[in-house]
Amino acid sequence: MSELALRAVIARNARRRHLIGLLAAGLIALLAISILLGRYPAPGLMPWSRLQEDELAARLVVNLRIPRLLTALLLGMTLSAAGMVFQLLFSNPLVEPGFLGVSQGAAFGAAFAIVLLGSGALMTQASAAAFALAGLGFSYLMARRLRFGGWVLRLVLAGIAVSALFSAGVGLLKYIADPLTQLPEITFWLLGSLASITWPKLISVLPAVTVSLFVMLLFRWRLNVLSLNEETAFSLGAAPHRERLVLILAAVAPTAALISISGMVGWIGLIVPHITRRLFDADTRFGLPATMLIGGIFAMLCDNAARTLLAGEIPLGILTSLLGALIFLGLMTAQQFRART
Amino acid sequence: MTHDREALLTFRDVTFGYRPHHPPVLDCVNFSLRPGRVLAIVGPNGAGKTTLLALALGWLSPWRGDVLLAGRAIQSYKRNERGRWLALVPQSEHTPFDYSALEYVLMGRAPHLPPLGIPGPVDYEIALDALARAGIAALANRPVPQLSGGERQLMLLARAIAQQPRLMLLDEPTAHLDLHNKARLIQIMRHLRAQGVTLVMTNHEPDVVLAVADDVLLMEAGRPPVFGLPDEVFTEDALSRIYRLPIRLIEVNGRKQVVWT
Repeated sequence: MSELALRAVIARNARRRHLIGLLAAGLIALLAISILLGRYPAPGLMPWSRLQEDELAARLVVNLRIPRLLTALLLGMTLSAAGMVFQLLFSNPLVEPGFLGVSQGAAFGAAFAIVLLGSGALMTQASAAAFALAGLGFSYLMARRLRFGGWVLRLVLAGIAVSALFSAGVGLLKYIADPLTQLPEITFWLLGSLASITWPKLISVLPAVTVSLFVMLLFRWRLNVLSLNEETAFSLGAAPHRERLVLILAAVAPTAALISISGMVGWIGLIVPHITRRLFDADTRFGLPATMLIGGIFAMLCDNAARTLLAGEIPLGILTSLLGALIFLGLMTAQQFRART
Repeated sequence: MTHDREALLTFRDVTFGYRPHHPPVLDCVNFSLRPGRVLAIVGPNGAGKTTLLALALGWLSPWRGDVLLAGRAIQSYKRNERGRWLALVPQSEHTPFDYSALEYVLMGRAPHLPPLGIPGPVDYEIALDALARAGIAALANRPVPQLSGGERQLMLLARAIAQQPRLMLLDEPTAHLDLHNKARLIQIMRHLRAQGVTLVMTNHEPDVVLAVADDVLLMEAGRPPVFGLPDEVFTEDALSRIYRLPIRLIEVNGRKQVVWT
C-alpha cells in the first residue's frame, strides 16, 4: 500500500519535472520566433536570411528587439514569481507584488519626475525605483507601528493605506501637470510599455533581477513552510520573521526595478500564479519555477501583440489586463473549478 | 517542588503575561515531566493552557523563571535542533491553497533538512507512513481545504508524527473529532508513548484525560496550578470547583467516567 503510494508520488513528481521541461522548451522556442517577429520590413515573420543581407534589420534586431524581448521575459518571470511569493506569505490568493505600496509608489515617483524634475528617461526611472522602495519601507514601518491585528493583517492594511496616499499624490500631480506635454506622458507611463527599452536600461536592472530570481528559486520548497501561520512555521524550525523579510525583499526589489523601466504592467503577478496552481497544485517546489516560465511566456506573448498588432504601439498594460482578465474569467467559470473556502 | 534530573520538560517558577503592568496569565508554574509520559493540562477556558504550550515550544519567553528541555533552556536550542526535539499539533490551521494532505504532512520534514533543502524519497516515505499511522492514508491526495475539521486535525497530527519528535505538544487534539476518531486518537497517543514519545496535551474532555494521562496539571484562575497523578489531582472536588458544576466520577466496567448534573 505505502510502497504503491510512494511510487505514485515519485511518478507524479517526474511528470511535473517533464512539464517544466516542456515549458522551458516552449519559452526558448517563443523567444527565438519572437526575434524574427515584427513590422519590419512587413508585418509578420522576417526570413532569417534577411538578417545577413539587410544591415538595418540586423541593427534593429540586436539594438531594439532583443533587449525588449529579454525585458519582457524578465518582467513576466519576476512579476509572476513575486506574485506567488506574496500570495503564499500573506495566505491570500488575491494579493499581487505591488500591493505593499510598491506600484503606487513607483507611479508617484514617475509622475513626480515628469512634472517637477523635467522629464528625462533616466530621471523618471530613478525616481520611480526610489519611490517604489520608499513605498515598501513606509508600509513596513507603518505596519510595525499599527496597534491592530496580526503581523500579516497589519502589513496588508499599511500597504493599502500607503498605496492610497501615493495614488492621491499621483492624482494631484496629474491635476497640475501640463495637459499637452506632461499629462500624456504620465498617462502612457501608467499604461506600461516596453517600447523604449534599450540595452543600458536592461543592464541597469539586471543585477537586482537575476539575484532575486535566484533567491526565490532557492526558497521554492521552504516557501510552503513559511506560508503556515507563524507559530507553526516556528515549530518546524523556521525563523518566520527573518525568512519572510528576506523573501519580501527578494520579491519587491526586482519588481520595483522592472516597473521603473516598464511603467505599470498589471495582472501578471495576480493571474499567472493562479494559472500555475491549476497545473501544478499548491506546492511551490515545482510551482515556483513553473510560474516563472509561464509568466515569461505570457509577458512575451503580450508584448509581441503590443508591438506588432497595430502600426502604432499598444500599451502593454492594456494587453496584460485584457488577456489576464479574460483568462481569469475563463478559469473561474471552468467546470472543474473548486470553490476555495 | 522537586526538580527531576531526568526530566524531559521542566517549568521552574514560570511567570508570563501578554501585557506588561497587568496581572500575569501564568503565575509561578512549576512541574517536571519525565520522558515517555502523557501530561494532560486541564482547566477552564482562559486559564492559560494554550499559552503554556507556546512557552514549552519556546515561541513565547517567560517574564521570570525557566523552561528547560532535557535540562537545557529551550531558548538555547538551534532552530532545526528544536524542530527535531519537539512538534506542535495546533487545534486548527487555515490554508486557502489546494495543498494535498501528503504535501502538507511533508512539511513536518523541514527540521530534518538543511535550511534550503528539498525533501527526497525518504521524506515522502516517512510522510506517507505518518498518514497511515494517523489512519488517513486514503486521504493522501485530497486537497486540504476539502477535508473535514476532524480529518484536518488528524492530518496535523500526521505532520507532527512525520517530524519524529521526542516531545509532542497537542492543543485540544480531540476538539473536532467524532467518537470513532477520538477512540483512534487515544490509540495513537498510547502507541506514541510506547515508542518513547512524551506527550503534552491540553484537553477539555475528562474521559480522554482519564483514558491516557499519566500526569495532570490542573489550572485554575487565581490559584497556583497543581501537578500530580490523575488519582490525586483529578478529583470530584477539584473538577467541581474549576468547572463550577457538581461533578461526580463513577466507575463503569473498571473505567472511570465523568458525570455532571
